[in-house]
Amino acid sequence: MSRYIPPEQNKAGQVFDIAVVVVAIFVALWLPLKLGLAGAAKSIDALDAKTWDALGQNATMAAIWEKLGYTPETAHDIIQNRFHYIIDWPTLIIMAVVLIGYFVFLFRASDREYREVINEKFDDK
Amino acid sequence: MTVAIETGQTVIHGDRVSLLRVLGPAHVWALGVGIVLVGEFTGWNFAADKGGALAALIVCWIVGLLYTSVAMIDSEVTSTVAAAGGQYAQAKHIVGPLMAFNVALFLVFAYTMLEVSDAILLGDTIVAKAGVEGLTHNSFIAATIVVLAWLNYRGVLMTLNVNFVITAVAYISIIILFFSVSPWTQGAVLKLNELVTPGNALPYGWIGVIAAFQFGIWYYLGIEGTTQAAEEVRSPARSLPYGTMAGMITLLIAAAMTWYVCASLMPWEYLGITYYPLWDAGKLTGSPLLENLLFIATLLAALASANGCINDAARAWFSLGRDRYLPSWFSAVHPKYRTPYRSILFLLPIALAFAFIADLNQAITFSILSGVLQYTFMSINIMMFRKKWPLGSIRRGYTHPFHPLPAIVLFCLCVVTFFAIFLGFGSQLIAMVAFYFLISLWFHFYRYKFVRRGDQFTMPWPKPQGY
Repeated sequence: MSRYIPPEQNKAGQVFDIAVVVVAIFVALWLPLKLGLAGAAKSIDALDAKTWDALGQNATMAAIWEKLGYTPETAHDIIQNRFHYIIDWPTLIIMAVVLIGYFVFLFRASDREYREVINEKFDDK
Repeated sequence: MTVAIETGQTVIHGDRVSLLRVLGPAHVWALGVGIVLVGEFTGWNFAADKGGALAALIVCWIVGLLYTSVAMIDSEVTSTVAAAGGQYAQAKHIVGPLMAFNVALFLVFAYTMLEVSDAILLGDTIVAKAGVEGLTHNSFIAATIVVLAWLNYRGVLMTLNVNFVITAVAYISIIILFFSVSPWTQGAVLKLNELVTPGNALPYGWIGVIAAFQFGIWYYLGIEGTTQAAEEVRSPARSLPYGTMAGMITLLIAAAMTWYVCASLMPWEYLGITYYPLWDAGKLTGSPLLENLLFIATLLAALASANGCINDAARAWFSLGRDRYLPSWFSAVHPKYRTPYRSILFLLPIALAFAFIADLNQAITFSILSGVLQYTFMSINIMMFRKKWPLGSIRRGYTHPFHPLPAIVLFCLCVVTFFAIFLGFGSQLIAMVAFYFLISLWFHFYRYKFVRRGDQFTMPWPKPQGY
């Protein structure tokens, strides 16, 4: 197998590639934050009666909340801020397809590249 | 072609000066535990938010099993593929270039976002302690990231010596707290029976336990970072398995003690949202000494973790440059300090930017996502490694037992963790995977043309079976 000689990349090309990677990193990490896609999907189940009892706190728990500087009113939004685990099947299926598709692409494309590496490495000897 | 020659402490790749071989097993332990121990001081407790206090304990043990599998698999592969970049070098030799490129990005993102989380934690802890109105965490975050980057720039030995000391102090603080609250007696200080009751132990039921896997990862995330030092340890075959396994045992003990004390001192709703569970535990004992000790330990744990993360992320980035997966400009080693200084400096503003725009649990989730993608790769990687080079075909520094059971356990737990992330953070997961997919297309169809083919394979192994 003939040995692959990669093209030399000039400085402008290197700078451009660095810029692409930086932009990609910021888009990947910053965009979900900007679009509100990052963070926990929680919501507050508000109660009318804001007492330790209504919030499901026994005497020991109430004493600790108070030691931490909370009252039933200020603790209400913490205690009642809950996850609601309803499985959204279309989203779950999309997630599974995206993940499986990603890994299948990774392994298949990697294998094609790997065969070139092995052929060149071992055919040289 | 690049030829690696060992000359005493220095490894020379062709005509390039490379990294110094100066580290021992204690440094490997310090690197692994140093990165991870902060997880006991913050982050693991968000598992209680997702599933309740008991769920946080269940995932502590089950995720401990996941990481024991990671440590076993990693020890075998890394003691055989001893090169900077850790799992990146493994992927390059076992799976292929595109996978290696992705694995390096997983590593860089996992560690950089962990560093960001550490800096936010440190800044918030100081601000909370100061109690001064108008004081923000920004200056503390910037100082932390810049000073630690400078320390990493100056040399790996000094960096990891510092890590060893501060990690040991932070770890001892957990032990002191544990024995100070009379753990053998309930009712005096600890009130587990009154705080974790049959009615609130699993507030969301078993689906909450599965959901809690996401932050259960935080108990141990980063222990696999020990492999990043592979090119800088004096005896990789001995130091890496020993340091990694010792680190895992250390962390399992710390995680169990941390859960027991914290769950016995505060209601799960509070435990699930506080940024400083151990510092809060110190406060709730009523002892100013313990409160101050845990305050200092929280800062030290955050510093040690951020320090190790800068070390690891820079080495993964450096490796990408060295193989031309990214511009080779990143592969420069400092002529005096022998560190990957350009990679350290390049990642510095990225960490700073995200420390200012993300909050703690968002940064943690970014880090966890990249970590779980990497563990999924590892479970498949070990199967391919054993198939391409069966036992006896090459010299292994360490051979892990019960193969393929650890790989299967790891893979199954990764699938459960993906589902856990979907429960509450699904959009973030899809956005991150979409990014990795797009950047993979860029690499495969464009960037890879600059990469020398055969030169990527640097191990003195026979041709893999099946090729």
